[in-house]
This record gives sequence, C-alpha cells and structure tokens, in this order.
Amino acid sequence: MNFLERTLAGFLNAVEHALDAEDLAKANGLLQCLDPRVKVIGILILVIAAATAHKLWVIGAVFAFALLLAASSRVSPLLLGRRVWIPALIFTGIIAFPAPFVIPGRVVWRLPGLGWPLTAQGLMSAGYLVTRVETAATLSVLLILSTPWTRVLKALRVLRVPVVLVVILGMAYRYIFLLLESARDMLESRRSRMVGKLNGPDNRRLAAASVGVLMSKTLQLSGDVYSAMLARGFRGEVYMLDDFQTAALDWIMLVLIAALAAAAFYYGR
Amino acid sequence: MHIPDGYLSPSTCAVLYGASAPFWYIALQRVKRILTTRLVPLLSVMAALCFVIMMFNLPLPGGTTGHAVGVAIAAIILGPWASIIAISIALSIQAVFFGDGGITTLGANCFNMAIVGSLVAYAVYRLAAGKTALTSSRRVVAAALAGYAAINASAFCAAVEFGIQPLFFQDPSGAPLYAPYPVSIAIPAMMIGHLTFAGLAELVLSAGVVAYFQRTNPTLLRLTAPGNVAGEEEIAGADNQSMWRTVRPLWIGLALLLVLTPLGILAAGTAWGEWSARDYSNLHAREQMAMASRNTAPPVQPPRELERLSSLWTAPFPQYAPTFVRRPAVGYALSAMFGSGTIILVSLIAGSLAGCARGKRHELS
Repeated sequence: MNFLERTLAGFLNAVEHALDAEDLAKANGLLQCLDPRVKVIGILILVIAAATAHKLWVIGAVFAFALLLAASSRVSPLLLGRRVWIPALIFTGIIAFPAPFVIPGRVVWRLPGLGWPLTAQGLMSAGYLVTRVETAATLSVLLILSTPWTRVLKALRVLRVPVVLVVILGMAYRYIFLLLESARDMLESRRSRMVGKLNGPDNRRLAAASVGVLMSKTLQLSGDVYSAMLARGFRGEVYMLDDFQTAALDWIMLVLIAALAAAAFYYGR
Repeated sequence: MHIPDGYLSPSTCAVLYGASAPFWYIALQRVKRILTTRLVPLLSVMAALCFVIMMFNLPLPGGTTGHAVGVAIAAIILGPWASIIAISIALSIQAVFFGDGGITTLGANCFNMAIVGSLVAYAVYRLAAGKTALTSSRRVVAAALAGYAAINASAFCAAVEFGIQPLFFQDPSGAPLYAPYPVSIAIPAMMIGHLTFAGLAELVLSAGVVAYFQRTNPTLLRLTAPGNVAGEEEIAGADNQSMWRTVRPLWIGLALLLVLTPLGILAAGTAWGEWSARDYSNLHAREQMAMASRNTAPPVQPPRELERLSSLWTAPFPQYAPTFVRRPAVGYALSAMFGSGTIILVSLIAGSLAGCARGKRHELS
C-alpha cells in the first residue's frame, strides 16, 4: 500500500469514526439520556480516579463500571474492541512488553533458554500501564459515542472553558470534514490519473504539494468564512445558547459516579 | 508522540497544564490583537488543517511512511503564537473526539508539540533562514531543519516526562505506577525513533511545503520573514543581488590594485611615448628616451604641436607629485588614492542617476 492509499484509508477511518459516533449518539441508552454536563464531569472524574489509583483491582473496578455504562448505552463490545481496546493494547503492549524484563525487583520466572529474569514489579508496572490506558480510553470514547460533538463542546462551558475556544473547537471540527473531503478528492483524482508507480522523491513532492494546495485552499476558505460571518452580522463577539436542563436521572448518576470515584480515591491510595 | 492517559501521573499532568496555560493566554492575546474579528474563522480552519495534515501519511526515504505533526509548517506560515493555538486545538479534537492522546495528558501533549514544537521551529527557521529572499533555497533547508529540530525537541520533552515517572511514582512494592522506564531508557527509546523516522517525516513535509510555496505563492512565507520583500520588489532585490555577484570580482580586483599602488614607485624611467616637452632638453631624460627607442636619438627640439598642446592644461598633481607634498613616495600614493576615489565617486553618481531614470521609466510604463 503506497502513501496515497494509506492516507486515504486514514481519512476514511476518521469519517467512519464520526459516523459511528453520530449514529450511537441518537440511540436510546443510559448515557444518551444524560445531560452532557453530567457526562463531561462524570467521565472526567472517573478518568482521574483511574489515573490516581495505586491498586490494580481499583482500576479494574472503574473499567468494569465503564463496561456497564457501555452495555446500558447500546455500545457494543465489538465496536469498543475495534475502536479502542485492540489499538490501545497494541500500542501500549509494545511499550509495556519489555517492562517485566527491565524493571528490577523480585524475580518470579526466568525466560527458558535465555534466562532473562521476569520481575513481579515489572509485571505490576506493565499491568498498571495497560489497565489505565484501556480504562481511560474506554471512558473517553463512551462520552463521544453517546453525545453529539456540539453538545460536548457546549458542556465544556461548565469547566469554564472560554466561549471563544468552544466556538473555535466547534468550527474546527466542522471544517475538518470539509478539508478531509477536499484532500480525499485531491488524492483520488491524482491516483486516478496515475499510470505505474511514482518513485520516492516524486511521492514526497506529491505529498508536499498536496499539503501546500490544501493550505492555500484553507487560507482562502478562512477569508470566505469570515466574509460570510460578517454578512450575517458577526462583529467579533461570540455567544452561546445554554439550553441544557438537568433531570432526576442526571443527579442520580452524578451522585453515583461521584460516590464510585470517591471510593476509588479512598481504596486506591 | 501523543501521550495517552495513564502514562503520566495526575500531578505531572497538572504541572504541564499549568506550564501550558500562560503560553495559551499570551498566544491568544497576541493573535487576538493582530486578527481582531478574524480570529475565530482563521484559527478554526487552520486548526482543522493542522488536524488533516497530521493524518497525511508521508513517504520517507527507504520506502517507509510516517506521520508528521506539521508544527514547523504551521509556525512558518502562521507565526509561533497562532501555531500554538492551532496545533493545541487540533490536538484537543484528536484527544477528545478521536481518542488519539489522552484527556488528562492533553496539557502535556500541547506543551510538547504545540508550545515547544512551535517555538523551536520558529527559532530555528528564523536563525537558519536569516534575511535571505523568500525564494532562496536556504529557506527550504531552514524549514527542513526547523521541522526536524521541533519534532525532536518535542520528543525529548516527552521522553523526560516519561523518564521522571518511575523516580517519583511507585507503589509500596517498588513497581512504577505510570510510564515504567527511567530517563536512561526513555530518552534513547524515544529519540532513536524521532531522530530517524518521525524527524524525517517532519523534515520532508516542512521542506516540501516551503519549496512548494516558493514556486506558487511566496507571499505566504512573508509573516516569518520580517524585513524581507516580495513580489516585484523581491525580483528587483534578486536582480541587485545577482548584479552584485557579477561585479564583485571587479571590486576585489580594484581593491587589490589599490593595495599594489606603491609598486609604481619602484618602476624605473618613463613609459615609452609619455614624454613631456621639457624632457627633450633634459640630458638624463634624453638618454632614457634613446634607450627605450632602440638607441635612436630623440630630436633636439620637442615637436612643435606637443609644446603647444602641453601648455593648454596643467594637472593639479603633475608627475603624480602634488606640490604641497615633499616626499615623492607619499605624493604618489596620495595621487593614486585621489584618482581612484574620484573614479569610484563618479561611477557611483552615474549609476545612481541611471537607476533613478530607470525607476521613472518603470513608473511611467
């Protein structure tokens, strides 16, 4: 697979991820019913609880709670496996794999033939890393899979994120897909005109020129967007409608998550 | 390079959020002052672009491919402050929406890539590019160096952050709680990959995009080339440079001749044919004239027309010996300096007048 195909596959993967999130956010599940502010605060508390825990079983308990949330929100383990668990396990697994052999400590086993010592501390350390990464990644993806991006951004206001940044994040997200489409069209049209294979330097020139064209288009686009905003009465000030309403379920879930996080902080010391 | 949740302790994450906050604040204030109402649309689409650039799979020498962050190109085109914000926003979307990088580690990722990366890229680019023309090939090399240095500086910061984890955060049994490897392992492990593949990807992208803009739209490179000129002015500047390159050997030759002027004092006799009317009545001069003319004796009387014409103009420094200077050697050198200086001054005035006339013609056309 050459760089054109790899890049196009990456673009497709990003769009697929966004479509999955959009579909699941419309489903009728537990997390989908909650106020986005409760979800943002709740998930953040759980991620911090998993990050601060000094015991594997506490991190495991937070992970189990995340699985429960996923199941009650119609997020299939298959999707989580494909989108989160396997990629995270591969990435972190490669990094954590040497730890049991490198970290000094009590030797629990020796690798047959080579005689390399496997230490208990090394195994624990690898365990901490993998479980923490999997738990935090599962929780983060649950927030996105159960909430439309615009509502996640609005909910960030509860964390005192400046309005201007929230608006920029929202607009940037929208234009990511426009630029991805533009880049995909550009690379597809180039691929359709190619006979044979390009050599290395030509490939690099093509990649750099594609990025350059995209950058020129983007600068032009920013001018067009600005003109359109001015035409609609934009004077440099941004406002945001805050239309969230909390229900009894939101408060119950917030208390439940807070209690679980407090327990994780307490037992995980 | 995108550090996921779980690799850094919450306290490290808090410190790096705290370290990033002033940079974000300053960057936002600076960009706001320049862009005013354009801030929102420009930063939004540029952040989106940075995100898309990070998805490009770049072909590297050796047949492999790699991803670049695009931090150097953002710093070169947008300047370091706008780059800090654009890359930070792109990293935030990557972390929150696409799960690439963690939420607790977002401050660390922004610090390493957006802040350190942008500032290092900008500094290296400005330093290496100097005041060269926007289309100079030195700018391509500078961009390549900037990309390579930026990504390696970011990787180094990440490696140090990883490396200090086992020093400070261990469970009661001594097992590291977060990134498990000490600095002695973390730094080489991170840097080997970044000094080779990741650094190369950033190098290829930065150099390639700057070279592309030099061919198609050099004005995009103006923001980080203060004092530089573009368009027709740049072409005129390039003409001046090439003209200077052409005449440089002549100036060097002239300087060398000026330095060698005192050699003329050592020359004996008079140059053939450069005799004055008085030489014909001087015995010593007549002997020299005869020797220089294959022993042919010169006429007893100077030619009439020579005598008449020589009285028309009297030189201020006759025989390269000003009357107010007693020592002939000093007088000779002084004459040489005066003569050369007058020629250079007249040439410069003539050149300047010709340049003015050319400029007026250009304006009229």
